[in-house]
Amino acid sequence: MADWEVVIGLEVHAELLTKSKVFCGCSTEFGAEPNSQVCPICMGLPGTLPLLNKRAVELAVKAGLALQCRINQFSVFARKQYFYPDLVKAYQISQDDLPLCSDGYVELLVDDTVRRIGINRVHLEEEAGKSIHAGEDIMSAAYSLLDYNRAGIGLIEIVTEPDIRSPEEARLFLEKLRQLLQYAEVSDCKMEEGSLRCDANISLRPKGSSAFGVKCEIKNLNSFRAVQRALEFEVERQKALLEAGEAVVPETRHWDEAQGMTFSMRSKAEAADYRYFPDPNLYPLEVEPSWVEAIRAELPELPDARRDRFMEEYGLSMYAAEVLTSSRDLADYFEECMEQIKDPKLVSNWVMGEVQRWLKAHGLEAADSPVSPKDLAGLLQLIQANAISNLVAKDVLEEMFATGKSAQTIVDDKGLRQISDDDSLEAMIAEVLEANPGPVADVKAGKTKAIGFLVGQVMKASKGKANPQRVNELIRQKLQD
Amino acid sequence: MQLNEMSIHQLRELLRAGEVSSREILEAVFAKIDAVEGEVGAYLTLCYDEAFAQAQRADEMLAAGETSPLCGIPIAVKDNFSTAGVRTTCASRLLENYIPPYDASAVARLKQVGAVLVGKTNLDEFGLGSSTENSQFHCTRNPWDLSRVPGGSSGGSAAAVAAGEAAAALGTDTGGSIRQPAAFCGIVGLKPTYGLVPRYGVVAAADSMDHIGPMTRDVRDAALVLQAIAGWDPKDPTSARRDIPDYEAALTGNIKGLVVGLPQELMGDALDPEVREAVFGAANLLESLGASVEEISLPHVEYAIATFYIIVSAEISSNLARFDGVRYGYRVAEAEDTVSMFIKTREALGQEAKRRILMGTYFLQAGNYETYYLKALKVRTLIKEDFEKAFQRCHVIISPTTPTAAFAFGHKTRTPVTMYQSDIYTCTANLAGIPALTVPCGYTQEGLPIGLQIMGKPFDEPAVLRVGHAYEQHAGLPLRQPQTEVKTNG
Ligand SMILES: [Zn+2]
Repeated sequence: MADWEVVIGLEVHAELLTKSKVFCGCSTEFGAEPNSQVCPICMGLPGTLPLLNKRAVELAVKAGLALQCRINQFSVFARKQYFYPDLVKAYQISQDDLPLCSDGYVELLVDDTVRRIGINRVHLEEEAGKSIHAGEDIMSAAYSLLDYNRAGIGLIEIVTEPDIRSPEEARLFLEKLRQLLQYAEVSDCKMEEGSLRCDANISLRPKGSSAFGVKCEIKNLNSFRAVQRALEFEVERQKALLEAGEAVVPETRHWDEAQGMTFSMRSKAEAADYRYFPDPNLYPLEVEPSWVEAIRAELPELPDARRDRFMEEYGLSMYAAEVLTSSRDLADYFEECMEQIKDPKLVSNWVMGEVQRWLKAHGLEAADSPVSPKDLAGLLQLIQANAISNLVAKDVLEEMFATGKSAQTIVDDKGLRQISDDDSLEAMIAEVLEANPGPVADVKAGKTKAIGFLVGQVMKASKGKANPQRVNELIRQKLQD
Repeated sequence: MQLNEMSIHQLRELLRAGEVSSREILEAVFAKIDAVEGEVGAYLTLCYDEAFAQAQRADEMLAAGETSPLCGIPIAVKDNFSTAGVRTTCASRLLENYIPPYDASAVARLKQVGAVLVGKTNLDEFGLGSSTENSQFHCTRNPWDLSRVPGGSSGGSAAAVAAGEAAAALGTDTGGSIRQPAAFCGIVGLKPTYGLVPRYGVVAAADSMDHIGPMTRDVRDAALVLQAIAGWDPKDPTSARRDIPDYEAALTGNIKGLVVGLPQELMGDALDPEVREAVFGAANLLESLGASVEEISLPHVEYAIATFYIIVSAEISSNLARFDGVRYGYRVAEAEDTVSMFIKTREALGQEAKRRILMGTYFLQAGNYETYYLKALKVRTLIKEDFEKAFQRCHVIISPTTPTAAFAFGHKTRTPVTMYQSDIYTCTANLAGIPALTVPCGYTQEGLPIGLQIMGKPFDEPAVLRVGHAYEQHAGLPLRQPQTEVKTNG
């Protein structure tokens, strides 16, 4: 039985973070009253003409740069023509054979090896509106409603080379792509709001073969997890066909999340001929090299470079550096905190641990954290100064998230300052030792494990305020000397 | 002479002197409309109440010192210009009840200076045709002979001006749609340089060929209307950003030393002998005024018709696709699903529109795109280069506007190819994007007007207008008015 190689290519659409649409001045804000953000242009009324949004071009170029593409000095807008109720002009202004960006790549770390996934192109186009069907689906719907708020929002389409070799790699690629686009502030990449969408092409071929197998296109992939699951399903489906000596039909397939299966939508033989031709209303787009350089200067440090710098500059592990640079917000948060308190280990532990846990639980990004990096630094300074223990610090942070008060204020108000003076500690220790003759005997007999128990009792008696290290030392001195 | 028969510049003097009011001019226009519109059929929609309100406002503006020559002048607009609150049908059942929420830029500019919008004029559906017979509502008759077509597609605008139903009109010209009906109806028509007059709000036929221009009683009027509508518009991405000259100042009457080209390819056998004679006569007159006429060659013009129809059909097939019944306009009452709704709704398109859509769809199909569309774009460049070369020697180029005078109803629509071929004289200027003017240059023995076309370098409207004006001043054409009232359809 042949060993199969999986060949996957992705087409990703990302909505641009421009304030206005790509060919008119309407707002792009998500979630407005249906058809409230429209004008004659984005409604495609007869006689209207497209006016290209310069910022949309800049963001598309930025995306191209983040994906290591060549920015083509001349690119052409073409009309992609098909009939659909949400497509107001019956054509989408897109780009065909002369896209804005070409020939880039993304590097992924897969099983500790760097994999380079080629980017065929990044081009600029416009969004369609949204159909809302009355009923379960389009076939059974008695009628459909249309919302054109989305129509005309700027989009980039990113097409990869068929370089992806597993469903997991496809998911990792998308995570990396999202990270890059978010870093570059090109798109917010919210799959749940539809601002990032993905179609996948997949085929199998015998290992060692260089010819491509017959591919299927998978649509309706609404999450990264769905992409991986749908492709895993497809690998098994195509493998079964091929191993049974049957042919894979070239077709578009629909992923059904609930059933965990793909279904045939239409065969490629019926595939539309989009009759692309250059849009006569839009002259070829010229992007001067000096403009590209100005846009490049806007680009922040990208995640790979930042991760490497974090390892170098702060001595962080690969893992910690990856996690901290996974989003630009988080990395900024970490670095702002580092400005206040120069202890990478302490800061990274808290940011990756308590802070991220709380943010995740509340569905917030680091930029929206109620505890600012400065506030967190205030808390960590108290730990550094032995003013509070780690344990108390966790409670204090919780309180900071809840009330917005500073660490200092909470510690003072609640009298949580750590007890470190030996006189106070020794008094507490004496009481604990007297009350626990058994463990005391154990320690004296050499069972050092019991020291932990005794320290715990002192901590309990002090309501967590005793300095645990000092308590430990003092108990040892008392019992072991 | 009645007020409704006067030129804009004549009316301008009367208005400025306070001898007439805009209201009186408009009353004369509507009196004429009452008298002849039943026979001529120039309009699809009349804006009676709005027009009188605008006339009143214009009179107030004039009293307050408004100096625009168009203030208070009744103007007709082809029904493919969007007009806020006034239905814009493109003579198509698909848009029979479509009321745009905004004004086309050219219309807005006219309103701005106080022009009065009389109504919306008839056309071939979506501007596709050369006789206005493709209107889905009614035919427009040529005021000079009601048994003949007014030309097209701006036939309604041409007939309205010729019949005295408006002082001037706006038309659109994709392959001759201003100049051919102007020639047929004995008036002046100007297709300006591509990009000079903004297209925003004009329902597109073929974006790369569509032009907007004036249709007027004489060349001076054409200069005055052009002055009001020309100039950069941020809403039109193909609009040219440049300074606009004073067009009326270009009408010096002096054409001494100008070189006038006469392309041999446009003086061939297809030409009606009477038309040929009139054009040669015009060439002689220009020489007598001090210009030198030289025979020139535009070698690629023989491919112009094929090139033109491939590009135009491709763009039309794309532009007419949006009329799907979903958002505005006509929608079929019953349909099982979305696709059949599209199909049944679009069956309401006229025959010529369907023919162009089929042609254009064919030319853009995978496999045909390179063979037809891309090749046509290349030939278009060659034709442009022919003109550039010619204009190294000539200041302007003259030719007939049409191969014959106005033809009878039903005459050419039976064979679309014959109809297409008669565009050869005009469509080259659309392919090249250069300015082209038509002025009356005589009459046939049957008393039908003949048009002389004058083409110029890009943005050299001043030269084109100067030559047209000088010709007009010295041609000594017998002053004739179409006799609409007495002639009946025979
Ligand atoms: Zn809009």
